[in-house]
Amino acid sequence: MFDSLTEKLEATFKTLRGHGSLTDENIKEALKDIRRALLDADVNYKVARDFIAEVETEAIGAETIRSVDPGQLIVKIVHQKLISLLGSQTSDVYISEHPPSVIMICGLQGSGKTTLSSKLALRYKKKGKKVLLVAADPYRPAAIKQLQTLGKQIDVDVFEMGQANPVEICQKALSQASKQFVDLVILDTAGRLHIDDELMDELAEIKKSVKPQELLLVADAMTGQDAVNVAGTFHEKLEITGVCLSKMDGDARGGAALSIKRVTGCPIKLVGVGEKMTDLEAFHPERVASRILGMGDIVSLVEKAQDTIDVKEAAKLEKKLRKSQFTLDDFYQQIQQLKKMGPLESLMDMIPGAGKLMKGATIDPKSMVRVEAMILSMTPGERDKPQIINGSRRKRIAKGSGTTVQDINKMLKQFGQMKKMLKSFTKGGLRGLPKGISPF
Amino acid sequence: MLRITPRRLVDQVKFFSKFKKGLTKTKETLVGNIKKAVGLAAKVDDDLLDKIEQILIESDVGVSASLKIIENLKKKVASDNIKDPEEVTTALKAEIMAIVRSDRNPATLSSDGLTVWVVMGVNGTGKTTSVGKLAKFFSDQKKETMIAACDTFRAAAVDQLEVWAERSGVQFIRAKDGTDPAAVAFDAATSAKARGVDILIIDTAGRLHTKTHLMAELAKINKVVAKVVPEKNIKSKLILDGTTGQNGLSQVKFFSEAVGGIDGLIVTKLDGTAKGGVVIAIAEEMSVPIDFIGLGEQIDDLKPFDPESYVAALFE
Repeated sequence: MFDSLTEKLEATFKTLRGHGSLTDENIKEALKDIRRALLDADVNYKVARDFIAEVETEAIGAETIRSVDPGQLIVKIVHQKLISLLGSQTSDVYISEHPPSVIMICGLQGSGKTTLSSKLALRYKKKGKKVLLVAADPYRPAAIKQLQTLGKQIDVDVFEMGQANPVEICQKALSQASKQFVDLVILDTAGRLHIDDELMDELAEIKKSVKPQELLLVADAMTGQDAVNVAGTFHEKLEITGVCLSKMDGDARGGAALSIKRVTGCPIKLVGVGEKMTDLEAFHPERVASRILGMGDIVSLVEKAQDTIDVKEAAKLEKKLRKSQFTLDDFYQQIQQLKKMGPLESLMDMIPGAGKLMKGATIDPKSMVRVEAMILSMTPGERDKPQIINGSRRKRIAKGSGTTVQDINKMLKQFGQMKKMLKSFTKGGLRGLPKGISPF
Repeated sequence: MLRITPRRLVDQVKFFSKFKKGLTKTKETLVGNIKKAVGLAAKVDDDLLDKIEQILIESDVGVSASLKIIENLKKKVASDNIKDPEEVTTALKAEIMAIVRSDRNPATLSSDGLTVWVVMGVNGTGKTTSVGKLAKFFSDQKKETMIAACDTFRAAAVDQLEVWAERSGVQFIRAKDGTDPAAVAFDAATSAKARGVDILIIDTAGRLHTKTHLMAELAKINKVVAKVVPEKNIKSKLILDGTTGQNGLSQVKFFSEAVGGIDGLIVTKLDGTAKGGVVIAIAEEMSVPIDFIGLGEQIDDLKPFDPESYVAALFE
């Protein structure tokens, strides 16, 4: 029931591997499983059906290649199909060269419009643009205040006119933006149902009067079969220019992404991956396809590491490692860097194969806190030379960190093993990547 | 216990028509499609059952629950010797009815003092709005009601709930943004008990069920409230977005694990085209009952889930 699409496909391919070549029969069997997996991942029924039909045609055509393992062949076909369904390349948000550029955000209630608007504002503020956020949701209680609070957090101006007409709000905001030499205006509209004609007309009217360069639909990654209806209707009535997927940091397999792409033809441009204002990523079709197929997402992991890990610190650490001077202090620093990268679970998902490996072995973030407490309960001397930690010191450290002597023993033993392991890694060069996180 | 008053009767009728209106779209597709499928089919065969499977899956019921329903339907068709495709609809209706039916009254409060509902769910499902509507529901029932804003994370969530408190005229406990939600919950429970409140509804911050530390925070809220109120009077209610697909099962599983069992579901946003069929899968696979459903944006648009009306409205 909770098996991921990845595991399903892996199981399917395993059974395929036993056979000598791709036959009509074993392809059918594999496709049945793939179809089921797609449906479990909330890919729309009809989209899944088309997908399967296309894969089948290609797989049977590819039968003649004898040297390739049939399982791998199917993996390749399915993977490529997934990529082409998701969109063959990365597509970024379009910003006009003639300011102010306007981005209009729309979507159902609770899809994550306000959060996305603010994340987007921060993204362009960091690129040196002058951004204006516009609170165009006069309906939901405290919606304006929510945007104002977020605006304050990221230090971006918020335009609001209370409960005024949204069309008017947007027009006034735009004229203010022109006067103040704003580069980018982001219109955060109210959430609405796609079947609410009155409110959909309102969006059409806003669009007509402000002529946005981008009209982005925000869709929840957890959406089920209805994704095609919602995206289809929004596109039909408003001609959206792109899609943003929110809440991709959960365990939803994001089948909705496939459905929406297929039904609107619009590129998926951005992905929300967390609650922090910086948790916004470009959508990379090949990465998501790989992730679905269990090939991991190592590119995202490396990028994340590059973003958060201090290069100088990493270089220092590497030098120390080469000289085998890795101390508990360094270990502590490493934990801090790792923590900056976000929750461990989301990191694990990105490591190829780790998803399968870690299945069942729950990662306890508390164990990391415990290790931190232990290290912080040591004297600088002990952190530098763990070998001086004798029985009575262990007792003291256990008391100070609220752990037991056994915990301390275990931690020190693991630290020793890790040091040994890191030593072997350094031969290949270790650029900041925290490979030595084995104790968790 | 249920006295039939003219007022109640009018309410019932209004409620039923609202229910039907909200579900019209659902019905149009689900029943419309089945009728179409049934109408096209001259006899009950595998093609017909395949079509029914498609319809169920497209309603977010999910593959495994759909297969089970179809399996039971097949048995019924065989044992009752059903030859008329029309009768298949009746049998299907009974099948779904048996899954979502629950005998308890979702609005029942404990007889010995304060009941606490801790309202939880992933981001954007409609927790705060539902808490506001629940407050109105209970205060209409002449229950002394208090709501507490423990979403100290999302910007302006507290202010949003305060507006709802004013609308429904119930007692309100507010927290400063960024304070410890468990501390607020404890204060709220203590003061609700002291003031002789019947029901305290706690609004918590939205959280993805896969974030271990946030789930631990939720467990802490429950633990802290249990210091003031007997554990049996604390009910965990999960808000599920009606547009959610199979991830709904995962949500129920993780939230349930975090707080030691979900007492009931509140399903929102069923006034769109989403069928909310995942609740059928949830009821079937995990036996979590549906307590309330949200059918619109008005303060009165949250209704106790009535399986009879639900299935009747679906299959009328």
